[in-house]
Amino acid sequence: MRIKMFGAACAMALVGSAFAIPAQAQDSIFIPLLSYRTGPFAGSGIPIANGMNDYLSMLNERDGGIGGVKIAIEECETGYDTNKGLECYEKLKAKKPVVINPYSTGITLGLIPKAAVDKIPILSMAYGLSASADGNNFPWIFNPPATYWDGLSMILKYIGEKEGGIDKLKGKTIGYIFFEGGYGREPIPLLENLAKDFGFEIKLYPVTAQEMQNQSAQWLNVRRDRPAWMIMWGWGAMNPTAVKEAAKINFPMDKFVGVWWSGGEDDARPAGADAKGYLTLNMNGVGAQYPAIQDIMKHVVDKGKSQTAKDKVGENLYNRGVMNSVLMAEAVLNAQKITGRKAVTGEDVRRGFETLEISAARWKEIGLGDFAGPLKVTCANHNGHHAAYMQQWDGTKWVKASDWITPMTDKVQPLLTAASTEYVTKATGWPKRTEACDKAS
Amino acid sequence: MNILYRVFIDPFMQMGQAPDLLVQTLWEGLVAGVLYALIALGFVLIFKASGVFNFAQGIMVVFAALTLVGLHALLRKWGVSSGMVAAYLALAITIVVMFALAWCIERAILRPLVNQPDIILFMATFGLTYFLVGLGELVFGGEPKSMITEDLGLPRGAIEIKMLGGFVSLQKIDIAAAVIASVMVTSLALFFQKTRIGRALRAVADSHKAALSVGISLEQVWVVVWFAAGIVALTTGIMWGARSSVSFALEIVAFKALPVLVLGGLTSIPGAIVGGLIIGIGEKLGEFYWGPLLGSGIEAWFAYLIALIFLLVRPQGLFGERIIERI
Repeated sequence: MRIKMFGAACAMALVGSAFAIPAQAQDSIFIPLLSYRTGPFAGSGIPIANGMNDYLSMLNERDGGIGGVKIAIEECETGYDTNKGLECYEKLKAKKPVVINPYSTGITLGLIPKAAVDKIPILSMAYGLSASADGNNFPWIFNPPATYWDGLSMILKYIGEKEGGIDKLKGKTIGYIFFEGGYGREPIPLLENLAKDFGFEIKLYPVTAQEMQNQSAQWLNVRRDRPAWMIMWGWGAMNPTAVKEAAKINFPMDKFVGVWWSGGEDDARPAGADAKGYLTLNMNGVGAQYPAIQDIMKHVVDKGKSQTAKDKVGENLYNRGVMNSVLMAEAVLNAQKITGRKAVTGEDVRRGFETLEISAARWKEIGLGDFAGPLKVTCANHNGHHAAYMQQWDGTKWVKASDWITPMTDKVQPLLTAASTEYVTKATGWPKRTEACDKAS
Repeated sequence: MNILYRVFIDPFMQMGQAPDLLVQTLWEGLVAGVLYALIALGFVLIFKASGVFNFAQGIMVVFAALTLVGLHALLRKWGVSSGMVAAYLALAITIVVMFALAWCIERAILRPLVNQPDIILFMATFGLTYFLVGLGELVFGGEPKSMITEDLGLPRGAIEIKMLGGFVSLQKIDIAAAVIASVMVTSLALFFQKTRIGRALRAVADSHKAALSVGISLEQVWVVVWFAAGIVALTTGIMWGARSSVSFALEIVAFKALPVLVLGGLTSIPGAIVGGLIIGIGEKLGEFYWGPLLGSGIEAWFAYLIALIFLLVRPQGLFGERIIERI
């Protein structure tokens, strides 16, 4: 009797699962979000996670998902820890995600070799491995709209302009304060190359995770070395501390420039008026005035379906999260168009990313007119190397401080191609690209 | 030869060439050292009274600072118009919260685990850490917050002193931190040396059983000690929060006290104070003068190097007694 019951139960489970798996695949598209709402990096992680989650939730509420298919969203807490991030990935991949957002350069580096094997594209929007912009060697990795190397070249272009020409950098000292990890070390090869090309000296100031809130020694070194400009690649609790310490040694704040990940409101706000003049790159608009963000307020935040406080909607890193989700949603939409299927897979979405193009008109159509620059990804170029602009802290908020700055493609591209080739050569058994390119790309 | 010059000669030449920077480095080291001493004191107090290495001391710093800032925001939201009134009300309530926490820890963790091996109590403080992390994030969220420096009446700005051919900049908040931490350390040292409860604490530290036999209440001593450690955590949280921001990253800063404990010992209050100063000043000098030789960023491990070098000379720690045991 017991054996019979056991057999019946097994049969029911099998029948049930046979129905359940296709039902899940038909009814929704699974997009997991690797986020960090806890720990020392939560200050940067929370607004991004909120922005990503809220935009996707808004699509579910307003449009019934993407192309009529609901988005199943699941967050996995990584604490910005590479090992935890990789654990999250292993846990989530069984649910057939159509794209993975690692939101950490360290986690991205760990996942790059897995993407082609598991057939899950990785979107590392403006972070991760710069060389992965090469679509021929990294068909499963996408890092639009600009790489860290593009960002660094934009900063140097801006500095050159302020100095009266890039040739005026000769003989000057430029300091680079960075988070000691994959993220902060990523731009150093280009920085060293550009220092040789333009004849400036570089001083490096690494900040370890333990010293993020204890940077007085690094800034004493800055005071001694007297660099003409300081560039920062900071994240989490490192950013507000660095801004405070810079003000403390009277470093001219309008000569202190951060990458786009060092420009959250909570990075400058603790120093308040002392941070006035601090500059960072940015690639998205700031504020809640955009129709799509108003839709988020209406369909998600006001209905209590968000973890975001109302006054935080529209802040810089929140909007960065929104932009990240727009790229994913557009790639899914593309994939649906290319394949004619509604319930697309990771393989389809990879093709969606390779044909991604968001023109100014399309941004407007999405409800984000003038929110970001036109963006195009192709089969060979998974980044686009698009422009960013400089924003400046006015003591209470960010204001736009420059026009769009294009990267120094002539300097970045040769290094990027060499780095991509080197990566592939060093990685034993790296697969040659077999994925066909779609016509649109 | 060049290396020897850069290690043994050049740093001292730099000190002579820019003495203002040397004074500035010593000042930064002193401020950091006083704050490390304060954190180390939290560990020492608890270890002396209950033999527990309190892994949760770091998160207690975060929890206390978050409670203060969170309550301040709540009181302002509820209509307390004066920022300063709200700040001091929040401070008073936070002190009560830290007392309640000490009482709960005694009831829920220490009392049921009495007479268990030390490692069990140590592991229990891990549990306490994760509980406080979760509770803090649930109640206050994970976003960094600004310390209510001005509302607490703490000074802002800097005093610039022109000296030695340059200038030395003393942040007023750092001066306040050094003064408050020094007063706190002295008061706690006096409290535990001169008062009845202090003597009880020392008796408990020497032998739980002997202390019990003369009528000392272990429970009372534990509550007092954990409360004192909570107040130390609150002070550290305010001071360090004012220097950067109030976030969960402060927990990591608290572990800067570990090399102080290696150096000063887990049971010595003077050890915590002197150890804190040695580590604070030593790591800043190390990072500033010798760091560039090694690509900078050496502060994190240099503190341990200092502690280990001291232990080579004095294996019993700074103020520990040499214990000779028959084997």
